[in-house]
Amino acid sequence: MPMLETATVVGQTRVARDTYRMELAAAGIAAASCPGQFVMVQAGHEGARLRRPLSLHRFDAGRVELLYRVVGSGTRWLAGLAPGEQLELLGPLGRGFPLHPDRPAVLVGGGIGGAPLVALAEARGRAEVPTLVLLGARQAAELVAVDRFRDLGCRVEVATDDGSAGRHGLVTQWLPEAMADFGEEAVIYGCGPQGMLRALMTLDPRFTVYLSLEERMACGVGACLGCAVAAADGGYLRVCRDGPVFAREEVRL
Amino acid sequence: MSERLRTRVAGIELANPVLVASGTFGYGREYGELFPLYRLGGIVTKGTTLRPRAGNPPPRLAETPAGMLNAIGLQNPGVDHFIENDLPYLRQSGTRIIVNVAGHSLEEYQAVASRLAGEEGIAALEVNISCPNVAQGGMTFGTDPTEAARVIAAVKEVAGQPVIAKLTPNVTDIVAIARAVEGAGADAISLINTLLGMEVDIERRRPLLANVFGGLSGPAIRPVALRMVWQVVGAVGLPVIGLGGIATWQDALAFILAGASAVQVGTAIFMDPEAPLKIIEGLDRYLEAHRESVTNLVGAARPEHPAQ
Repeated sequence: MPMLETATVVGQTRVARDTYRMELAAAGIAAASCPGQFVMVQAGHEGARLRRPLSLHRFDAGRVELLYRVVGSGTRWLAGLAPGEQLELLGPLGRGFPLHPDRPAVLVGGGIGGAPLVALAEARGRAEVPTLVLLGARQAAELVAVDRFRDLGCRVEVATDDGSAGRHGLVTQWLPEAMADFGEEAVIYGCGPQGMLRALMTLDPRFTVYLSLEERMACGVGACLGCAVAAADGGYLRVCRDGPVFAREEVRL
Repeated sequence: MSERLRTRVAGIELANPVLVASGTFGYGREYGELFPLYRLGGIVTKGTTLRPRAGNPPPRLAETPAGMLNAIGLQNPGVDHFIENDLPYLRQSGTRIIVNVAGHSLEEYQAVASRLAGEEGIAALEVNISCPNVAQGGMTFGTDPTEAARVIAAVKEVAGQPVIAKLTPNVTDIVAIARAVEGAGADAISLINTLLGMEVDIERRRPLLANVFGGLSGPAIRPVALRMVWQVVGAVGLPVIGLGGIATWQDALAFILAGASAVQVGTAIFMDPEAPLKIIEGLDRYLEAHRESVTNLVGAARPEHPAQ
């Protein structure tokens, strides 16, 4: 059940180019959250702007962490908040990642899309089954959460569009090679730009694939029908309520 | 809830003058998880058609200065699904339910109103002759006085509840439309629906919305809405429900002073889900401090009002 909660900023750190990690005291939302869910975040003074949907990067013991990229006026306002300042959150929202803790997993993150995959890796735990993390970015300066995944015991591989870190090219180009050791029990989780998600849609059908989608939202709770994604069987689904995580069979991208 | 907030529109008693606007509140369930719906003056449902409608392809939304554009395209599950699955929930919400009726033909409007006619728990119908985001119907009816009157008369013929005509601002003469729907037997008028607009995505060099055009809402349109409410109140004898960019209790009070008997809050809910509740509380505090009531203040800014 979502809730409205006034959260207090306890930390704000620049972690990559135009990218910030904000830590918030929000006990109610932290206790109710699942990996892959998101929050609608106040992004200006006194209802001056629509709220911004941001994925939950981490949550534990009364705190939530948001990892976000500054792309416009709303996220710029957020990046200007200092510890002690307050803002309103609405969440947790949407349907998160099925965990499948007993199956090997490949987490594929493009750009800021790596953010919710950290919560997923944490929830899956340091199981005996391997977790491979593939992170892509335009350039080295935009890579996020690499160390966080390594600390969790995941194998991490990196690719950049310009070759400034890791492999040169798109993560999806060498995904089949990186996954060579994974059998059909492997679960693939993806979050990132449309092109990356489309490539994951076309993977061998024997793999289970979950995609976390992004769309412009107004309400975040399923009322306004603004964040439509085409459903595989016709009509539209709501990214905010029916997703943001979908099995690839459910949607058309 | 205090007596001073009570108001009346289209023959319906409202515990307070703040309704939530069609299309911003679904069928109530989602926001019912966040606060008790009985605190609202009423809920105007998502626009509902005879058969299910899929709506427009995405992107459907764009944020704009002090507002937003939407082109949802009347996505809804159809009136039968509404009656079976959503109306029972709304009936027990403890607030007034107004069903927004949409259609692409005269017959469709009439068929939806007929299906709803015998249903308990519906206080009124709001006839949407103003949706800018569908190719047929909607706004095409609301921009022509003769067509607008035909739709309202057809709905009145079969309706089992009072009929509110929701007008579009995308016209040359709002007064002509208001007079036409009054003549056709409307019990009240709500205005304004969204202003037609668009945005271009300069990265992709394309219109931002898949539908190209969308409806502009939010604080950006409030002065336009207020002006039109003022004009319509001055021209017709029907009660008027004002909407368009209302985000604070001061905004709501301005519409009431201009002559609106009630108001609707829409886009502000996205900016703050509790905005309707804060508006009700703010109005109540104001009325208490000034020893006033909503009904005393309806139209109090108008030259013909006894208070002037």
